[in-house]
Order: sequence, then C-alpha cells, then structure tokens
Amino acid sequence: MTTLLKLNGLTKAYPGVIANDDVSFEIAPGEVHALLGENGAGKSTLVKMIYGLVKPDSGTMALHGDAFAPSEPRAARAAGVAMVFQHFSLFEALSVAENIALGMENPPKPRELSHQIREVSHTYGLPLDPDRRVGELSAGERQRVEIIRCLLQDPKLLIMDEPTSVLTPQEVEILFTTLRKLSAEGTAILYISHKLEEIRALCDAATILRGGKVVGTCVPKETTAREMAELMVGKVLHQTKSGEHDAGDVVLKMESLSLPSSTPFGTSLQNVSLELRRGEILGIGGVAGNGQDELLAALSGETKVSSDVIKFENREIGQLGPNERREMGLLSAPEERLGHAAAPDMSLTENALLTGVVRQELAAHRFINWAKTKTFAETVIETFDVRTPGPTNAARSLSGGNLQKFVIGREVLQSPEVLVVNQPTWGVDASAAASIRQALMDLASTGAGVIIISQDLDELMEVADRFCALNAGRLSASRPTKDLTVDEVGLMLGGAHDMEVAHVG
Amino acid sequence: MMDLSSINPVVLVASLMVAATPILLAAIGELIVEKSGVLNLGVEGMMITGAICGFIIAVESGSPVIGFFAAALGAALLSSIFGFLTLVLLSNQVATGLALTLFGLGLSALMGQGYIGIKAPTTSPLNFGVLGDIPLIGRILFSHDWMVYLSLALIAGTWAFLKFTRAGLVLRAVGESHDAAHALGYKVIRIRLLAIMFGGACAGLGGAYLSLVRVPQWTEGMTAGAGWIALAIVVFASWKPWRVLLGAYLFGGITVLQLNLQAAGATIPVELLSMSPYIITILVLVIISADRRRAALSAPADLGKPFHATS
Repeated sequence: MTTLLKLNGLTKAYPGVIANDDVSFEIAPGEVHALLGENGAGKSTLVKMIYGLVKPDSGTMALHGDAFAPSEPRAARAAGVAMVFQHFSLFEALSVAENIALGMENPPKPRELSHQIREVSHTYGLPLDPDRRVGELSAGERQRVEIIRCLLQDPKLLIMDEPTSVLTPQEVEILFTTLRKLSAEGTAILYISHKLEEIRALCDAATILRGGKVVGTCVPKETTAREMAELMVGKVLHQTKSGEHDAGDVVLKMESLSLPSSTPFGTSLQNVSLELRRGEILGIGGVAGNGQDELLAALSGETKVSSDVIKFENREIGQLGPNERREMGLLSAPEERLGHAAAPDMSLTENALLTGVVRQELAAHRFINWAKTKTFAETVIETFDVRTPGPTNAARSLSGGNLQKFVIGREVLQSPEVLVVNQPTWGVDASAAASIRQALMDLASTGAGVIIISQDLDELMEVADRFCALNAGRLSASRPTKDLTVDEVGLMLGGAHDMEVAHVG
Repeated sequence: MMDLSSINPVVLVASLMVAATPILLAAIGELIVEKSGVLNLGVEGMMITGAICGFIIAVESGSPVIGFFAAALGAALLSSIFGFLTLVLLSNQVATGLALTLFGLGLSALMGQGYIGIKAPTTSPLNFGVLGDIPLIGRILFSHDWMVYLSLALIAGTWAFLKFTRAGLVLRAVGESHDAAHALGYKVIRIRLLAIMFGGACAGLGGAYLSLVRVPQWTEGMTAGAGWIALAIVVFASWKPWRVLLGAYLFGGITVLQLNLQAAGATIPVELLSMSPYIITILVLVIISADRRRAALSAPADLGKPFHATS
C-alpha cells in the first residue's frame, strides 16, 4: 500500500500548553482514517497544521512522498487537501453558489459554477440548489455546501471535523454513503469524531490522541467502542445510572405556544404544547436551529408570551420576567455559555450573583451581600468540581467544560422546582458531561422537574424519562424513552429533514 | 408673505445635486467600510481633514484637481491610523472612531489657521456643448463639475463591485463572518484596512468638495455634522448603494428647499426648517427599511466586532 500523507513528529506548543507532541501517522489513498480524542486532545490543532492554518513548531509532513509544508490554506487546497469545518465556515447571508465560489481558487463564471454544483451534488447524492441563501438551509444541507465546495476541487485528502454532530441519524447515513463512494474512488478521508459507533461503522484505521500525544492506534472494526473510549479518556469509564423515580404532579404546562421569530434566520415556534411533572426529566431532541433557543427564551421569561400559555403550578406566568420566574422556582441555563449564561468578563462571584440573587437572597435590602455571594460561588465551584483558581477569576478564563459545570451548578444549587437547560453538555468532555448528567438526574430524583434540550440523542436516551422532538418550530408528542429505537427517534426528528434521499450510483 | 414663485424647480434639482455630493461621497465610502465589517464613526473627522488638506494644496498649487487628490490622500492617511488602532491593536471601534472625529476637527483647525478668509481656486462645470442647452435636462444633468459625476460613478461602481466582482464578494464575506473568511484563508485584516482607507479617501473628497466647491473657502468646523448624516444614511439605506444615493439626494434636496423657503419668507419658524432635512431624511429611510427582518439580512453580520485570529 502506498502512502498519501505522512506526518512525522509534529509538535505545536501554545503558551502554557502543548497542543501536539510528536504526532506521527500515515494515511493511504482511499483510506478512511479516524482521529479520535476528547476535547482538548489536540485534534483540531493537528488538522489545522495539515490545512495550513497553523505552522508546526517542529516535525515534517509529506504528501505523495514530497515535503509538504503549506503556509496558508490556499497552498493546502492547491496540493489537494480540503477540509469540512466543525463550526461551518459558511456565510449565512450569501447564496450557496457564492459560498462555494469563496472556497475555490479560480471559480468559473457564476452560471457555469451553478451548473457544476447541480451536477456534482447529484452525482454524490447530495442535491443542492445553488441560488438559495445559506441562512435558510438546515444543518445537514449546510454541511452539503461545505462538502460540495471541497469536492469541486477534486481533493486527494478530505478532512472532516466532527461532521455528524448536527445531523439526524438518517442524514448521517446519507453522509456515510457519500464518504464511502469517495473513498472507493481513491480519496482519503481524515475523519475526526468522538462518536465511537460511527467510527466503527465507517473507518479503516484510527489514531487516538490524548493530551496532544498519540496514545494508540487501532482498527475500529475490530475494537469495541468501550476499548476505544478508555484509550481516549485514559481511565475506566463509569456509566451514569438512571435513578428510579416516580413522576409526580404536573408542575409546568405550556399550551399551544406560537411565537414568531424575531431574527431573520430564527425559527418561529408553532403550536408548542408540553407538560412537565415533578421528578421527571423531559428530553427535547432536535438539530440546533429548529426553535430550541426560542423555546428556552419563552420558558425562562426572556420572551414574554400571553399569560395563560405557560402555567407553573396552575399560576399563569406567561407575562412574568426571568427574575419573577426564578423567585417561583423556574430556573434555566441557556446554550451559549459566554454571553448568555455567563457574562464573559465578570468574575465567577459576580456571575453567581446574576442568577442567584433572588433565590439565594444575595441582595437583601437592595445592597449586595458580597460575602454571601462569594460563599455561594465557592459552593458551586466545590460541589461541581469546577477547575479554576478561585471565584475572582473571569468567566472567560474558564475552559468550556468547566464553565458549563459552573453555570449548570449555579442553577442546580438554587434547588429549583423546574430547571430548563439547553445543550447542557455541548462541547464538554466525556467526564465533565457525565457529572453534569448525573447532577441533573439527582436533581430530578429530589422531586424537581427537568427539561433538557439537546441535540445529543444518546444523552437524551440515557437520562430522559420522556422524549419529544423539536423540528422546524413544532414539538412532537412525547414518548417514554424506554421503548424508543434510534430509527423512531430519527423519524420523530423529521427524518432527513425533507432532504432528497441519496441516489448514489 | 411667502412667494413660492421665486423657487425654480430646475435650479432646485441642479443645486440639490451639488448640496448632496459631500454626503454622498462620505456615505459611499462608509458603506464599503461597513460592508467589510468595520464601524468607523470618524467620518466627520476624516471629512474635515480632507476639507483642509484639499483647500491648502489647491490654494498653494492653484489646481483644485491636485487639491482633491491631496484631500483623498490626507483623509486616507488619517483613516489608516484608525485602521491600525482597531485592526492591529484591537482597540474599541466605537471609541476610536469618536476619537478620530475629535482629532480630525482639532487637526484641521490647527492646519487651517493661515487659510481663513482666502478664496479657493474655482472648479468650473464641465462643458458638454449642445447637451447643456437642452431645456430642463441640460441644466439638471449637464451643468455640473466633474466631482458630481465622479460621485455618481462611485455609486454605480460600488454597486457593480459588490454585486458582480469576486473582490466584492470577498469583501462582503469578510463583513459577514470574519472567522469563516479567515478559515478559508482570506486576509481579513488586510482587506479591512484597504476598505477603511477607501472610506477615508471618499470622506476626504466629500470634505474637499465642501471647502473647494460648495462654500468655497475654509472655516473651522465647516462640515457641521455632514459626516454624521452620512453615517446615518448608510444604516438607514440598508447598506445598499442606490438607496444611499436616494438618501443623500433627499437630504440635499430638502436642505436646498428649506433654504429657498427661508429666502421666500415662509412663515414656518427658521429652526424647524433647519432641522427638517435631518428629520425627513431619517424618517423616509426608516420607513423604507421598516421590515426589520429584511433590513437585518443586508446588515453585515460582523459589523463592529473585533477580529483576532486565534492560532
């Protein structure tokens, strides 16, 4: 077997952290190679070096046996390396064709480009309309735009950074069919993910990174997911246990909420009804951008609705603001950690005050009780194992996982009657995610109602008692998670989002 | 008693084009700057700097054309200070822009000390021969100096640049999402700096048009808020070049009309007439861009956000 890309001793250090330490491996033409690792293991830095966005401190790369040291993405693309980004590198206000033209060195005339887009997208079973605005597309379709952009340049190596994190199971199937076809045609694929079952289904070889170092390689088809996970985390994993609890009285009720979107690419909620009982966890699944943020805003009180639409213990609360709802015991933690759940440049103490002020009585007589606030912040830090030098540090200085533990912990410790969380473990490493889930389950077992909005279906199946799907602003009826299969969940999520199914010839 | 017959509509249209040209130039420059994702509030300061640079050089050289070049250059240099501070040193765009205005006002007053009361060399209208003799149209379209036509050409050019060229697409992309543009390998800072300097040059031309054609002499603070109205026009025109033209001409038109009304002895208080161009222009443009969802679509999504390339 020949070698397409060979990495030899790649090292990259940032102040205070070695992102990659002596990383070496090889990829053959047509091979689907997985790069596995937790957040912060150095996967992103490594592929940025291959794509020319970051220069290695030391080490060499060779492509087709020749030295390969791209100084910028343009050089990497010219050499046949293409990349599909984790956070889409797309421009929402521009059309599909414009977006694709931006990623090409010498794009053809607009009309011809549109023709090529239609042609290539049909060949690979990823139909796309070149004239549509990207802001109007679903996550799966957006990813198609990126993939087509890469394919039009006839790449030898396609790098995919967490491509399935925003896709429904059916969309994942379509993607895999395309990738297998590409691989059969001789295109090598470097596939980054931490979803082990997907890697087992798709990849020929895997390199596992931990703390910037290669800690192992394996053939995924012959390795169990558990073995790979333990290589990845470096310790034996404890599985979270679903606490047994009986559902109590209805504590929160939403009746036919319709809410037009306030932003151009937002989603309008249509006729959303839900019911939450004490002691249960309601999981709301769905790909981000289908109304999750709008639903959370309506529940938290950021968006006011007519007062009889939302009832909390039979009181009409639709017109109440966030602090009034907090006082009653309805708390929430939004998805965006920096800037929504926490003020980035304020200290953890100040951030603790911002939502804790009402229930923890941190400002009796309208003066802030700093001593009490600091104690509260310290309690959150201690209870939830937030890694930070202390509560005087700015929220911005915490890593994503640690800040997430802090903002969830801050709400849980206020002993809410109802807690609504949006994407509680997004971008959080496995062990932190496990502890957050455990905290939410413990909270439910004390008799509180919990709503988890998440796009991680495995997570919802694991912790939620009932599951419902949010798709294009509509909420499905809920079903107990015990007897749901992955396929049924996928269909509840709108299948492949009305996308044409792949016809790969 | 008001005598409306003294207002000649043809002269009115011809003079509104002259009155609107400074704002039009400044606004089209700022449109490019904002499309690249930078909010430069220093338009007023760049205009007045252009006004004095153009005036000094035109007086010293005797050539208004060289004066206009000097105005564009001077204001572009001033704007590059803003570019360096905000793009390289990541200073706050709003505060830096305001400081640029104050700095420009002070600097121009200092530079212009020996030039008060001097008359600038004349910029004469272009001669279109017979075309200029056509009734109505001749006076309106073919009686102006070259800067008026340049400003119209800039509007058309900017529209075509943003709509049809690859460079225009890249510029819009940088303003839409600098992170995505950076990930694709575009030089965000370089593109923005060029946009800022183009905006500075346009504002400088606008300022020089005031001091060399419209007035034409130097007085301190002579831009008198034109830069601010240019900024407002860009926003309310939803970042669309032809609407900028509409907004600027509307503003110029009402300015000229209210001056005429004052001269005709209208019974409306002078203060109300003087504020009318500002109020009516903004009102009309607000109504045009009333659909918030559509207006938000044309706004550059990363407008005013600092860009720092991680890694």
